Amino acid sequence: MTDVIASEPVTLTPAKVETPFQRFRAEFFESRIATFALCLFGAIVLLAVFAPLITPQNPYDLAQVSVMDGRLPPGSEAFDGYTMWLGSDGAGRDLYSAILYGLRISLTVGLASGVIALLIGMAIGLIAAYAGGRTEAIIMRVVDLQLSFPASLVALMMVAALGKGVDKIILALVIAQWAYYARTVRATALVERGKEYVEAAQCLGISRARIVFRHILPNCMAPLIVVGTVQTASAISLEATLSFLGVGLPQTEPSIGVLIANGFEYMLAGLYWISVFPGLALLLTVVSINLVGDHLRDVLNPRMKK
Amino acid sequence: MTVFVIRRLLQALLVVFLMSVIVFFGVNIVGDPVYMLVSPDADQADIAATIERLGLDRPIWEQYWLFLRGAAQGDLGNSFIFGEPALQLILHHMPATMELAFTALMLAIVIGIPLGLYAGLYPDNPVSKGIMAGSILGFSLPTFWVGLMLIMLFAVELGWVPATGRGDVASFLGIESSLFTLDGLSHIFLPALNLALLKISLAIRLTRSGVREAMGQDYVKYARAKGLSTRRIVFVHVMKNIMIPVVTVMGLEFGSLIGFSVVTETIFAWPGMGKLLIDAILQLDRPVVVAYLMIIVLFFVLINLIVDILYSILDPRVRLQDQGT
Repeated sequence: MTDVIASEPVTLTPAKVETPFQRFRAEFFESRIATFALCLFGAIVLLAVFAPLITPQNPYDLAQVSVMDGRLPPGSEAFDGYTMWLGSDGAGRDLYSAILYGLRISLTVGLASGVIALLIGMAIGLIAAYAGGRTEAIIMRVVDLQLSFPASLVALMMVAALGKGVDKIILALVIAQWAYYARTVRATALVERGKEYVEAAQCLGISRARIVFRHILPNCMAPLIVVGTVQTASAISLEATLSFLGVGLPQTEPSIGVLIANGFEYMLAGLYWISVFPGLALLLTVVSINLVGDHLRDVLNPRMKK
Repeated sequence: MTVFVIRRLLQALLVVFLMSVIVFFGVNIVGDPVYMLVSPDADQADIAATIERLGLDRPIWEQYWLFLRGAAQGDLGNSFIFGEPALQLILHHMPATMELAFTALMLAIVIGIPLGLYAGLYPDNPVSKGIMAGSILGFSLPTFWVGLMLIMLFAVELGWVPATGRGDVASFLGIESSLFTLDGLSHIFLPALNLALLKISLAIRLTRSGVREAMGQDYVKYARAKGLSTRRIVFVHVMKNIMIPVVTVMGLEFGSLIGFSVVTETIFAWPGMGKLLIDAILQLDRPVVVAYLMIIVLFFVLINLIVDILYSILDPRVRLQDQGT
């Protein structure tokens, strides 16, 4: 007879290992301001994406806009019966609807130019860092030269040369901003290139391209993300500035900047809301991205690690 | 040293030449200025005559060659709209911009440095935290929006100062400026404050980090051990050491103030070069756009050249590094 030992199933509880991402997430949400800013930015993006579903009118469908509703103060009732909580502009558009539609354009331009500039700047910076020698010297000289001009001035020059339109604005912003990414990537990649894991990879006979893209690039992502957030915020703000000056987007593509410009002429007459509410929307967008970026810098900076 | 200067000079020339190509070809491809200039009921002959008068019938490379030849003799072409030489037009508007940028720089130094000093001396004080939060706002608020708010608050609601224009100008020592009349001063206050905002934030941050770094240094500890009063340590010893980098950086920012003045001038209808540029872009007045952009490029290239040469005199390592590559 054998004793049947009631054996309990052995469960191995693995020691809790935090992945870098989990640690990063925990550290990020420690800051209440940054969490709030991230939620705010998320909300702004959602409002912009779902704008057609949650606005009482499509402000650019002439059939839905009535000139009778022009310049109504906030809280007035529109001709069609809904309440214009933020008032209406000179052409009778509901400002709340116009702002959400404007945000779609502003965010698209800002994010598109940010991503394209990031990709181009990243590629150029990596090439500079890995090629070294003359190539690096020439690339970095060009980067330095460009960074000696303020980005706003470069963008202004480019729109003067390129003309109006969404594609042209994006191109102008990319030209104005790629150098910031290139400089960041090159500086980080130079540090990474000297580390042992790169040497080890080289000893294993791994190809150059693979070392650069699979090994060095992922380690350069942290500073890139920080620069990316800040530069995207400044791209949105730059686009608004150019559109406000009348040299950015045309009236047919009414971003937030165009809305503010349209309201400017009424401001001196005391009709503040036409400019102020789009301005507030721009402000919340830019400041929330900047706050997130500011905190990301603290969290991702290895020197600040506890 | 001479080799270094010559190399930098050649580089600067190359940049100016490249920019002239980009700017000239870019500006001359956009839009058709002829239809902005002839009256709507002009016939084909009139239009053809205008095109010929402006030289637009020539191939673009020939236009560029004529532009380069003129530029070498100090002639950047005539404005399509005003018929005056573009260079003269810009020089005529330059004093207003310079005066605005200069006032903004002074404001930034006078407001920014004391605030930064306070924030650096008492970093944990709630007032200091307020100052730093304010400087973050100063960095992230779009300049043009702040300008609108200033107009709304001070000009429309309170009615303290006028919102637009330059006001009366007076002559003093041969310089015409609105800084010399009360009316002019009231006109320059808002635009200068608007333009200065970003630089005030910069001055606060620079001064604060400078002070915080200096306060931990041995010479400050020694001065304390010697029994000097805090006031004397801060205003004589610390200030002497931090003012040089702060003032240098602020001086270098003068160029970007002139660049940024485009926005401020448009909002406050300040009759400077920036407003001229925006008007010229909108009216497709190509020679003025090209001339303005070339002057700005030249201006920045010159500033950088001077800074590079000064640094290489002050710090020979810069020079050696350049020759090494």
